[in-house]
Amino acid sequence: MNPDTRHPTPDTPLFDLLRGSLDHCVKCTICETACPVSNVTPLFPGPKYAGPQAERYRDPAAPSVEWSVDYCSGCGICTQVCPQGVKIAELNAHARRRVKARKGVPLRDKIVGRPTLLGRLGTPAAPLANASLRLRPIRVLAEKVLGVHRDAPVPKFAGRTFRSWAKKHKSPATGRRVVYFHGCGTQYYEPDVGEKVVAVLEHNGFEVDVPLKQDCCGLPLQSNGLFDDARAYVLRLARVLAPHARNGAIIVGNATSCTLMLKREAREILELEDDPDLKLVSEKTYDICELLLELHDRGELNTDFRPLEESVAYHAPCQQQGHWIGKPALDLLALVPGLQVHEMDARCCGIAGTYGLKAEKYDIAMKVGEDLFQQVADSGAAVVACDSETCRWQIEHGTHKPSAHPIELLHRAYGL
Amino acid sequence: MRYDVVVIGAGVAGLTAGARLAEGGARVCVLAKGMGSTHLAPGTVDVLGYDGGERVESPASVLPDFVSRHPDHPYALVSVAPALEWFAACVERGPKPGYRYVGSLEHNVLLPTALGAARPSALVPTTMAGGDLGDPAPICVVGFRVLRDFHASLCAANVARSGVEARGVEIDLNLHTGRAEENSLGIARHFDDPGFRSAFSTRVAPSLRPGERLGLPAVLGVRDPQGALTDLEQRLERPLFEIPTLPPSAPGIRVYDILRAALRSAGGRLVIGAEVVGASRDGTRVTSVRAHTSGHDHVYEARWFVLATGGVASGAIELGSDWVARENALGLSLSGAPADGAARFDPDYFAEQPLNRIGVAVDSSLTGEGTDNVLVAGAALPGAIPWREGSGEGISLSTGFAAARTVLEREGAAAAA
Repeated sequence: MNPDTRHPTPDTPLFDLLRGSLDHCVKCTICETACPVSNVTPLFPGPKYAGPQAERYRDPAAPSVEWSVDYCSGCGICTQVCPQGVKIAELNAHARRRVKARKGVPLRDKIVGRPTLLGRLGTPAAPLANASLRLRPIRVLAEKVLGVHRDAPVPKFAGRTFRSWAKKHKSPATGRRVVYFHGCGTQYYEPDVGEKVVAVLEHNGFEVDVPLKQDCCGLPLQSNGLFDDARAYVLRLARVLAPHARNGAIIVGNATSCTLMLKREAREILELEDDPDLKLVSEKTYDICELLLELHDRGELNTDFRPLEESVAYHAPCQQQGHWIGKPALDLLALVPGLQVHEMDARCCGIAGTYGLKAEKYDIAMKVGEDLFQQVADSGAAVVACDSETCRWQIEHGTHKPSAHPIELLHRAYGL
Repeated sequence: MRYDVVVIGAGVAGLTAGARLAEGGARVCVLAKGMGSTHLAPGTVDVLGYDGGERVESPASVLPDFVSRHPDHPYALVSVAPALEWFAACVERGPKPGYRYVGSLEHNVLLPTALGAARPSALVPTTMAGGDLGDPAPICVVGFRVLRDFHASLCAANVARSGVEARGVEIDLNLHTGRAEENSLGIARHFDDPGFRSAFSTRVAPSLRPGERLGLPAVLGVRDPQGALTDLEQRLERPLFEIPTLPPSAPGIRVYDILRAALRSAGGRLVIGAEVVGASRDGTRVTSVRAHTSGHDHVYEARWFVLATGGVASGAIELGSDWVARENALGLSLSGAPADGAARFDPDYFAEQPLNRIGVAVDSSLTGEGTDNVLVAGAALPGAIPWREGSGEGISLSTGFAAARTVLEREGAAAAA
C-alpha cells in the first residue's frame, strides 16, 4: 500500500482519534466563530463544514467531492476552541492532503516546504540572495513562475548559521542539562535569537546541548500535504533527539510551531503515534517560555531583570495556542519592571507558515491579519513580541513595526 | 503550576468565579477544554422565567417561595442580586463602549426569541431592550435572505400572538462575500462598519412604516454594538432592537468578551484547550488537577478549585453505557441520579426526565461532597432544570459569584488565623 494514499480505517489508532471524534460534534459552531480564514473569504466554508460535516461524505476510494479544504490554513484554532474535543484541524489536514494528492502538489509547495534546502542554498550567498529576493522584477517572475506572491514577506538570510556558532560555543557545565532544538528559522535567518535562548538558559543555570545533526521537523511539508516527506524529516529529528531524552534531558525550543509538531502534530496528523522515539521526544519537549514559567512557579527562575521602559504588544501565534498552555510569554514579560505589555486578542496574523506566501492565498492572509495589525497600531506599542518566526515576519510586513521573540526582551532585561 | 485557585470551565460560571477571584487578589487560572457555552446563549440574563410551567412576572417576589418548594435548587444556596449587580458593573467597565445591561430582579422583561416566542429575562443588553413585548408599539421584524436560520415572517406571526402588532420583511443584505449564506457572527462583523450600516439603512428604510419599531436578528456588531445601535436608530429615526439567533450568538460572544476582559484585567490566567482529566487528593483535599495538553500533561496545583464545567449538555456529566453517571474532570459524587433499577428516561420526550436535575453533590456552601476545597458552580450543580425554568444565566452568575466569595472569605479567615 502506498502510505500516502492510506485512509484511516477502523483498524488504525488514527481512526479512533480522528474519525471517532466526529461523533462528538454537536454542531455548536464555536469553531466557525474562531476560524480566521472562513471569516474573511468564502473560498473556505469553515472548519465545521469542511471538517466534521464533509468528512462523513469522504470515501477513500472515491474522488473528493469538495476541494475547498485546500484553503484551510491549518492554524489549528478550531481544535483548540472545540468544547467537545473534535479533531477538526487534524481531519482537515488529512482531507487537504488527499485533495492535493489528486490535484498534484505544485513545485512551489515542495520548495517552500523545505526550509533546509532554501537555507543551505541561500546562506553562502546571503547578500546576493537577500538583494534578489527584494528586487521587484525577480519577485514578479517568482510569482509568475512559482506562484510565490510578489509582496509576501520573506526573511533575510543571516549569512551564517546558528549551528556554526553553537559548534564553537561551550555551555558551562552545571549538570542541569537541556537540549536545544532551534528549528530552521533560527538556523538560517535568526541565529542571534538562538544565541539569546542559550544565554537565557545558561543564565538560569542550564547546561545547553545543541545536537549538531538536528534538522527540520517536517511541519512545512506536512502543512503542504507532503506527509511521506514530512514523516522522513520528523523521524530523522526524533532519532537525533531521543537519545538525549532517554538520558533524562528535556528538549526546549523557541519555534512554537516546530515544538508543537514534535509534541503533538506529527503523532496525530502523520499517524506516528506508535514511534517510540517520537513519543519520548513529544513528552519531553517544552516551549522555552513554558519551561521558564515552570521554573518561576518553582521559585527557580532568575528574576534579576533590569527595568525596560518601553511598550510591547504581545501576539500569541495560533500554533503556540495549540500547545494548550495559555500564554506563558505574557506572564514572563510581566516580570520585567517598567515593561508595558499589551495583550493582542486578534486570532491570527494570517501567514500560517507558508500559506500567506502563496500567490492565490496572500490576499486572504493579509485580510486575516488586518485585525491584529489594527490592534498593534491602536496599542501604540513600539515593538511586537511573538513566539513564532513566520508570524513575526508577517507582522512586521503588516504593521511596519519591529518584532521580537519574547526571549529577546528577557535577554535584554537580564542585561546579557 | 501553582495557584491560589484553579477554575475549571470558561462559561459564564467559570469566568465569573475566575474574574471575581482575581479581583479579590487571588492568583487564579481558568482552565477549559474549549470555549464555553457563551457563544451559543442568547446573551440575556434569565434568572427565573417559569415556575411550574407558569410564567414568572417578578423573580424577586417568586424566589423565596420557589426555593422553599425546591430546597435542593442552587437558588436555595446563594443570593442572586449581588451577582447581577456585579455583572452589570462589569459590562459597564468592559471592552464594549456604552454597552449596558438593563432590567432588574423585580420585573422580567419579555423579549421575542428567533421564533417569536416571549422569553422572560431579568437583565437584557441595551441592544435588545427595545423589543419589550410589554410595549404596545408595532414591530417590523426584518430578516436577511443570507441568514437562513432566521425567518422574519415566522417570528412576526408568533410575536403577533403575544398581542403586539408585528409583520415580517426579508431583504437582501448585499454582503458581497460570495457566499450563499452567512451566519450571524459573520453578518455582525459587517455591522461594525459604519459604511455598511449606512448602506443598510438606505436599503431597509423603504420597508418600514411610521411608528414601527425595527427588530433585527442579533447582528449589531461585535466590537461596538452600542455604537451600531445608536447610529442605526438615528438613521432610521425609530427604536431598534436585536432578536437572539441560533448559534453562533453575537450577544453571547459579547458576554464572553466582557467576562474574559474582567478576568484578564484583574490578572487572571486563561488556558483554552487544556482538558482536566484527573485530580490528586490528600484525604478530602484536592491538591492538584492534571490537564491533558500537547506532548505532556500539565499539573496545576492550587489550594482551591472551582468546578464549572457544565452539566450533561457540555459533556461534563456523562451517563455511560453501563448506566452509571459520572462527573468527568474530578470524579466527584453526583446527586439527582435515578436509583439503581429505576427508569432513566420517560418515554414522553417533553416530560420532566429522571436525569434532568442531576449534578455534582454539594453542601450548602457549594462545596463538593467528599472534598474540602472544591466548589461547584453553574450547570454542574444539581437540582435545577435551567432550560425549563429559564434560569441558566442566573444560576451560573450567582453560583460563580458565590463560589468566589466563599473562597476569598475562607482564604481571608485562614490568613487572619
